[in-house]
Amino acid sequence: MSERKTGKAGEIRSYLIGYGLALLLTCAAFAAIRWQSFAATTTLAVLFALALAQVIVHFRFFLHIRLSRSSRDDLQLILFSALIVALMVSGTLVILFNLRQRMM
Amino acid sequence: MTDGIWSAILGRFTWTALPFVRAWETPTISEIIGAGAASVVILGAILLATLLTVYRAWRPLWSEWLTSLDHKKIGIMYVVLAFVMLARAVIEAVLMRMQQASAIDTPGFIAPDHFAQLFSTHGSIMIFFMAMPFLTGIINYVMPLQIGSRDVAFPLLNSISLWLTGGAAGLMMVSLVIGRFSTGGWSGYPPYTELAFSPDVGPDYWIWAVTLGSIGSTLTGLNFAVTIYKMRCPGMTLMRMPLFVWTSLCTSILMIFAMPPLTVATALLALDRYLGFHLFTNDLGGNMMNYANLFWLFGHPEVYILILPAFGVYSEVVSTFSSKELYGYTSLVLATMAIAVLSFTVWVHHFFTMGQNADLNAVFGIATMTIGVPTGVKIYDWIWTMFRGEVRFTVPMLYSLAFMMTFVLGGFTGILLAFPPLDYLVHNTLFLVAHFHNMLIPGLLYGMLAATHYWFPKAFGFRLNEKWGRISFSCWVVGFYLAFMPLYVLGAAGAARRTQAFFEPAFRPWLYVAGIGALILLAALATLFVQLWVSIRERDANRVAAGDPWDGRGLEWSIAAPPPEYNFAVVPSVAGRDPFFDGKRSGAAYAAPARYGDIELPRNSATGPVIGIVGAATAFGLVWHIWWLAALGTLAVIVAVIARSFVRDVHRIVPAAQVERETERWLRTVSAARAIPREIETTPANQGLAQVPA
Amino acid sequence: MTSSELRHTGLNLGGTGEISHEQAETGLFGFWVFLMSDAVIFALLFATYGVMLSATAGGPTPTAEYKIGPAFIETLLLLTSSLTFGMASITMKHDARPRGLFGWLFVTLLLGLAFLGFELHDFATMVGDGAWPMRSGYLSAFFALVPLHGLHVLFGSLWIVVMMVQLAVFGPDARVKLNILRLGLFWHFLDIVWIAIFTIVYLQGLIR
Repeated sequence: MSERKTGKAGEIRSYLIGYGLALLLTCAAFAAIRWQSFAATTTLAVLFALALAQVIVHFRFFLHIRLSRSSRDDLQLILFSALIVALMVSGTLVILFNLRQRMM
Repeated sequence: MTDGIWSAILGRFTWTALPFVRAWETPTISEIIGAGAASVVILGAILLATLLTVYRAWRPLWSEWLTSLDHKKIGIMYVVLAFVMLARAVIEAVLMRMQQASAIDTPGFIAPDHFAQLFSTHGSIMIFFMAMPFLTGIINYVMPLQIGSRDVAFPLLNSISLWLTGGAAGLMMVSLVIGRFSTGGWSGYPPYTELAFSPDVGPDYWIWAVTLGSIGSTLTGLNFAVTIYKMRCPGMTLMRMPLFVWTSLCTSILMIFAMPPLTVATALLALDRYLGFHLFTNDLGGNMMNYANLFWLFGHPEVYILILPAFGVYSEVVSTFSSKELYGYTSLVLATMAIAVLSFTVWVHHFFTMGQNADLNAVFGIATMTIGVPTGVKIYDWIWTMFRGEVRFTVPMLYSLAFMMTFVLGGFTGILLAFPPLDYLVHNTLFLVAHFHNMLIPGLLYGMLAATHYWFPKAFGFRLNEKWGRISFSCWVVGFYLAFMPLYVLGAAGAARRTQAFFEPAFRPWLYVAGIGALILLAALATLFVQLWVSIRERDANRVAAGDPWDGRGLEWSIAAPPPEYNFAVVPSVAGRDPFFDGKRSGAAYAAPARYGDIELPRNSATGPVIGIVGAATAFGLVWHIWWLAALGTLAVIVAVIARSFVRDVHRIVPAAQVERETERWLRTVSAARAIPREIETTPANQGLAQVPA
Repeated sequence: MTSSELRHTGLNLGGTGEISHEQAETGLFGFWVFLMSDAVIFALLFATYGVMLSATAGGPTPTAEYKIGPAFIETLLLLTSSLTFGMASITMKHDARPRGLFGWLFVTLLLGLAFLGFELHDFATMVGDGAWPMRSGYLSAFFALVPLHGLHVLFGSLWIVVMMVQLAVFGPDARVKLNILRLGLFWHFLDIVWIAIFTIVYLQGLIR
């Protein structure tokens, strides 16, 4: 209800916050590569963390997926998809890296 | 110069692409069989066209069926497609069995290349163009009725899916007449299917037929899942849905997530073949193991896409024909969901022998065995449903019983195969062939046949002939055991699958028995068609217009048979799991609605047929490298979609007066019908009104 | 009712009444399902890319081929286009006249096309360097993944054009609005896929 009252201005602000956050995270990720100062694995972990954060920002501010009741269907769908994707991708990587290792 | 022009117009087509020309040039039995098959396709098409013209049926066919967006008609068209493809694939199976039985220490009558095409088309058709359309058709027909909805969520998309599947099936038929099919099996493994080893059109036919079909199935899954999520009638909570709806939902979710890996696999293979990529090739870093992985990421959930709807059918059938509430509803729902999720965790068992380490194999072997648990739960639930029920051995019930026994047997061999060291021994043998036929014939075909017999009276208003149903059932069961039990023995003895000729005389008796079994299965198919013919001839004696021939439990039985196009005069609201069964007992069933309203239905649309036919033409262009056709087709599909989005007049109204007239007429039929007890439900006395025990 | 309105920023069917709120939700949910199915396709292409990363077959390597500058510009273009599409959605919801909506869609279209231009230039540079898809398994995987995203952006751009035409022909009626909402989901989804691309493909490839 409260958001409905703030109306257009509130919605614009929400998008701008999302844009700002996304921009920040993007710049951080590119900066981490442009001026590399960590070991390779640390950099990779930082990159993935930043990307995950940015994905959440996009879902929250651009696609309006929240924990509220009204978007529960969509959220469940996304989480289930994330589970399946995680199963498929991690399985693929584990199996094929294992195969490569054993063929060396 | 003229060569250049011809190849620009016809791509890589040459006269020897026609089986007639090949049979003329080298008249071997193998080639003559090929030409014969091609002429069956052509003569069948000519005969169909002639009949349609003679009976002036083109226009009604187009306006009432092909362009229809009614989920019931789309469902029926899917099932018809499935039967046509079933006939072809069964005949191919019989040919293969005859070849193997006759080719012990001799070459037999079918050439190796032709034999390879037979097993490739048999597998591809049975999975993609028999099983998938069959279950999609049954779900399409039944599910919206069961949830009290007037249609699926996206009727136009439904038609587009049907036509993509139909177009892909058409491509399979065309491959009989023009060119040849893949010899790479239904799974199309590279590098064999790469350009370097299979430069001909075969794998391309396979790629595009499967791709079109899988896109159709993804869209179907989407449509069903959204329908079940969003279109249930008031009061129909998730835990009140009939079990068939539950299994449909899980199948749809599997389609949404399991078809994309197949699309990726076939698309990447196409990139290799058409643009010279090196994803699965032997050289320059290609890796075919990635294909095997992608394919089975699809392939294993696919098994459950096929089997779950049948589980739903059995749940409905067993409960109805035992006159008992389904035992363990909650456990059945949980088991279904468990199977759906677990099915994404076991794909490696299709390639235990690829070379990954033993620990990985062990993990996936254990996961595979775990699936046996929820499946076992289901079997017990069905048995307990029958326990102390008034079990009637009608045809659907016979299929259910045969399923339970046969499927458990197949499950046992599955547990054996899930054990990696044992899998190493019987991998790629007829043992495996026996196993998956042992799962899919009871787990899919029997289920769909049970569904056909069970819901046919609802769809067409008359019952199928019981006697021929039993004859056909006996043939399917006896034929199955004779055809596939010997394969277990042969496989355990080391007979490799997909073998054109054997050199071991000890195999001979087993191959003979399997051959006889195949012939009985052919008889089973033939008797199905006989049954249909007899039933249509005697339809007036077996009418069940009141709509409830089996003392049914769900909403689909609470309306006329066949149902009106809008399904329900007023959208029902339910308060339990067996709303109609309870309604009959409480006297609430067959009540005239207090008020009728106008009903909005989707208008027919030619978009589906256009996209399907143009899509198939595009695929044909790609197969034969007829680039102008492929480009034109792609463009036409895009234009058709955009053009459709500009159409605004997409609905039509069924006026309240018409709804009232039709409902009143049906209610008069109901009150004129004689309520019958269950003992005589398979006699002409059954007019579709069940006697409610006092 | 109010909670649903919160959910989809653009959903404003007050004046039209032609499509019920429920139908609109069904339509959007269906599109979400499609996007998730599409996400699986991308996920598997990413997995394939990961597997093939080392299959350079003696040819060009990621570190040699990727340029951080153009990747950054492309990222900014796409991110900004997400913002402008958001503005389009807000205008559609609050403004009865379609002019503002039209303008924001046009800006989004331009950003999308600019993105495509930069991306094509990247590909051309790579091919010019001898890093073409037929060279190695790694490059095949790259060219199966990244151009597919580009193709999606191309279709998204085409869709924007179609919606602009429909806006001109029909005005902002319920079906046009519903389709613009779907298009919005699609466009934002593509931006999310791009996050994965610049992270996993470009930035990861440039780690030394």
